[in-house]
Amino acid sequence: MSKFIKLKKGFDINLAGKAEKRLAEVDQPETFAYKPTSFHGLLRPKVTVNEGDTVKAGAPILFDKKNEKVIHVAPVSGEIVEIKRGEKRKLLEVVILADKQMEYVQHKKYSVSDIGNATREEAVEHLLSSGAWVNIVQRPFGIIADPEEAPKAIFISAFDSNPLAPDYDMLFKGEDQYFQAGIDVIKKLTPGLIHLNINSDHEVAQIFAHAKNVQLNKFSGPHPSGNVGVQIHHIDSINKGDIVWTISPFGVIQIGKLFLEGIYDSSKVVALTGSEVTNPQYYKTYTGASIKKMVAGNIKSDNVRYIAGNVLTGEKIDAEGHLGYFDNMATVIPEGDYHEMFGWILPTTNKLSFQRAFGLLSFLNPKKEFVVDTNLKGEPRAFVQTGVFERVTPMDILPTYLLKAILAEDYDDMESLGIYEVIEEDLALCEFVDVSKHDVQSIVREGLDLIQYS
Amino acid sequence: MNFLREQLDKVKPHFQKGGKWEKFHYIFEAHETLLFVPDHTTKAKGAQIRDAIDMKRMMMTVIIAMIPCLLFGIYNVGHQHFLAIGQEASFMDMMLVGAIQVLPIVVVSYAVGLGTEFTIGTIRRHPINEGFLVTGMLIPLVMPPDIPLWQVALATLFAVIIAKEAFGGTGMNVLNVALTARAFLYFAYPSQISGDVWTYIGDANVVAGYSGATPLAIGAQALTTGENVVASLGTFGAGWADNIFSFSNMFFGFMPGSIGETSTLMCLIGAAILIITGVGSWKIIVSVFAGAYAMGLLMNGIGANEFMLLPAHYHLVIGGLAFGAVYMASDPVTAAQTERGKWIYGFLIGLLTVLIRVFNPAYPEGIMLAILLMNVFAPLIDYTVVNANKKRRLQRATV
Repeated sequence: MSKFIKLKKGFDINLAGKAEKRLAEVDQPETFAYKPTSFHGLLRPKVTVNEGDTVKAGAPILFDKKNEKVIHVAPVSGEIVEIKRGEKRKLLEVVILADKQMEYVQHKKYSVSDIGNATREEAVEHLLSSGAWVNIVQRPFGIIADPEEAPKAIFISAFDSNPLAPDYDMLFKGEDQYFQAGIDVIKKLTPGLIHLNINSDHEVAQIFAHAKNVQLNKFSGPHPSGNVGVQIHHIDSINKGDIVWTISPFGVIQIGKLFLEGIYDSSKVVALTGSEVTNPQYYKTYTGASIKKMVAGNIKSDNVRYIAGNVLTGEKIDAEGHLGYFDNMATVIPEGDYHEMFGWILPTTNKLSFQRAFGLLSFLNPKKEFVVDTNLKGEPRAFVQTGVFERVTPMDILPTYLLKAILAEDYDDMESLGIYEVIEEDLALCEFVDVSKHDVQSIVREGLDLIQYS
Repeated sequence: MNFLREQLDKVKPHFQKGGKWEKFHYIFEAHETLLFVPDHTTKAKGAQIRDAIDMKRMMMTVIIAMIPCLLFGIYNVGHQHFLAIGQEASFMDMMLVGAIQVLPIVVVSYAVGLGTEFTIGTIRRHPINEGFLVTGMLIPLVMPPDIPLWQVALATLFAVIIAKEAFGGTGMNVLNVALTARAFLYFAYPSQISGDVWTYIGDANVVAGYSGATPLAIGAQALTTGENVVASLGTFGAGWADNIFSFSNMFFGFMPGSIGETSTLMCLIGAAILIITGVGSWKIIVSVFAGAYAMGLLMNGIGANEFMLLPAHYHLVIGGLAFGAVYMASDPVTAAQTERGKWIYGFLIGLLTVLIRVFNPAYPEGIMLAILLMNVFAPLIDYTVVNANKKRRLQRATV
């Protein structure tokens, strides 16, 4: 039974610098990075290649010592130019200088009917050995799925409601047959349903509207309505002991291509957005792309922050940095490292706020596109304000109490207050609106780690 | 502006770790951040942008909402003064007399409170919070106009140290800080904060027939005299202040009382500011009034004595109910923190206020005790609301 769910709580952060619907290409050679840090729970990555090696696209480059079945593969073919490590030799990036012409590791090809006849074991084995398995994420915890488990359902969010989010129609145009093939493959992984959740407030991309073997659910409302965690909460909530899997449309298409074409293809369309980008637009590239060529000569000012991902959940990178595994956008906004005189009290219509405390007048003009910098806009304080987190969390969850339970390391309360139902991104808006400037998302991850590794 | 910034940057290193005034880092920081929003940026991972609101702006919004009460309070202190001594006076004279009486109380409250905060912040090495900006204004507004300044200082000191810092500072306190100051005076110096203290007389002689009774005292008297309260209120002040306790007069606030709490109208203006800006919880404010009205009606129904028979809407305009509902009950730290809990919390405050007023003539003003009592019970209310949330989650799992 398809569901229609109307969400009222939340907040659409309307920023300047939306990507125009225009597709540019990034010419090679270019570097691509595979970031183990994109995955939660990947604790002990072991690199199996050395600097100077050449690899084909889809060739194994690392695996998790704690979970040896899950193999991570090179997104592009080329030369391993750097294996970047951080403190305590933590593996940060495997950087590959891409070939002009991609060479792929060849896998077995399936026809549509072959896919229909394949067993679950065969599909799992194929996904694991090809490296495409890492697209499948397990809830709770938001970690790479365990192939031994059978999830009660699989969820796909078919839209992104984050600030400046790319239009999925631009990202996945023409990939219909791969998407359907991917759906048919992952259908084997669960005894339950595959939920494809679309946005009823906008026109739905054809690729999703015509998908078969899925339950199509409609969501309406402001961000975070596009977050798969929020969608799960309203369709088939996660209780203690439950396991569900989530996968992005990109992951489904990659799996479809793997089966139909026999290659691990990481080509994807990404958006370059943000108020400081001269020509915000889409680029055709591969997973882990460097933003170097996209931003060169395309930035308005000097003092900017480059973000892999969106402004709510993204990560700061430098001008030559790389996108993470799951990123399909980069954002460039002004850096906020300045002092503003009496900035805490002067009335203004130029500062974006969910709230309406004295002088914060952005609510008068909800259609305006705001330029927001990275200034913290205040100092960290104890919890004082109440009731605001609830207004941006469209779930039956009490964020303040959950956060306090995590800070107190109270395992029972964390569980009973619903920590299994959230990951960082689901409470990202709380972090944005917080008067007391807590790092809500890192607190959430702390709590998840406490539960997962206890 | 640049000059100021340069000067600040010049002295800043002295206040940082290793500097010669390192100890006073948090005092410096408090002043610096008052002038300039700091240049801190968001962390490398997580939300890269933040909402423009901060604690300072939120607290300032509350102070702005209190300005109508403060201004009216200053005027009313002068107004009552000239009424009591039987003189005609111009508006400016009234404001002047009021200001001379009220502003020193405000200054003492802020000076003692902020001094305490700075000292404790320095000793315990924690940032100085903005919470006292609001408390410092609330304390004068709930004081009688004639209060000795040393009592204001003592009460502020007690409230900041015992009610707030002992619990860990702003955000951690169980009791409303300003009300603790008032309760301290109430029990430590009962003679100075009850009886005929609600009008500033000064050295002048009072007019013939003058009485400093408040509507609540008149209500309590009715328990012994058995006279109709509304009638007593109507005839009170005849000769020197006709109709001083008419319903409309009490609504507008032209009556004796604590400096800032007499005018229901000004409190409602403040409530409008708090509710429109979203800083105060409308649920709490509305439910306090609703609770008081409901209890007033119930009392009318029982009607065992004259005070019980006071029409319910009178309870909303006499005493400090409106002020307490708008500025004290809605304090987010000490109130219930769950949305459902706020309804219960506010309603019970209103209910208890009228209950205490009617049944306990020794404490004619019930709102102070009602709020303090519910401050203590707020965590319990939240506990049940949170438990209900947990139960829903459990039930879902077993279905």
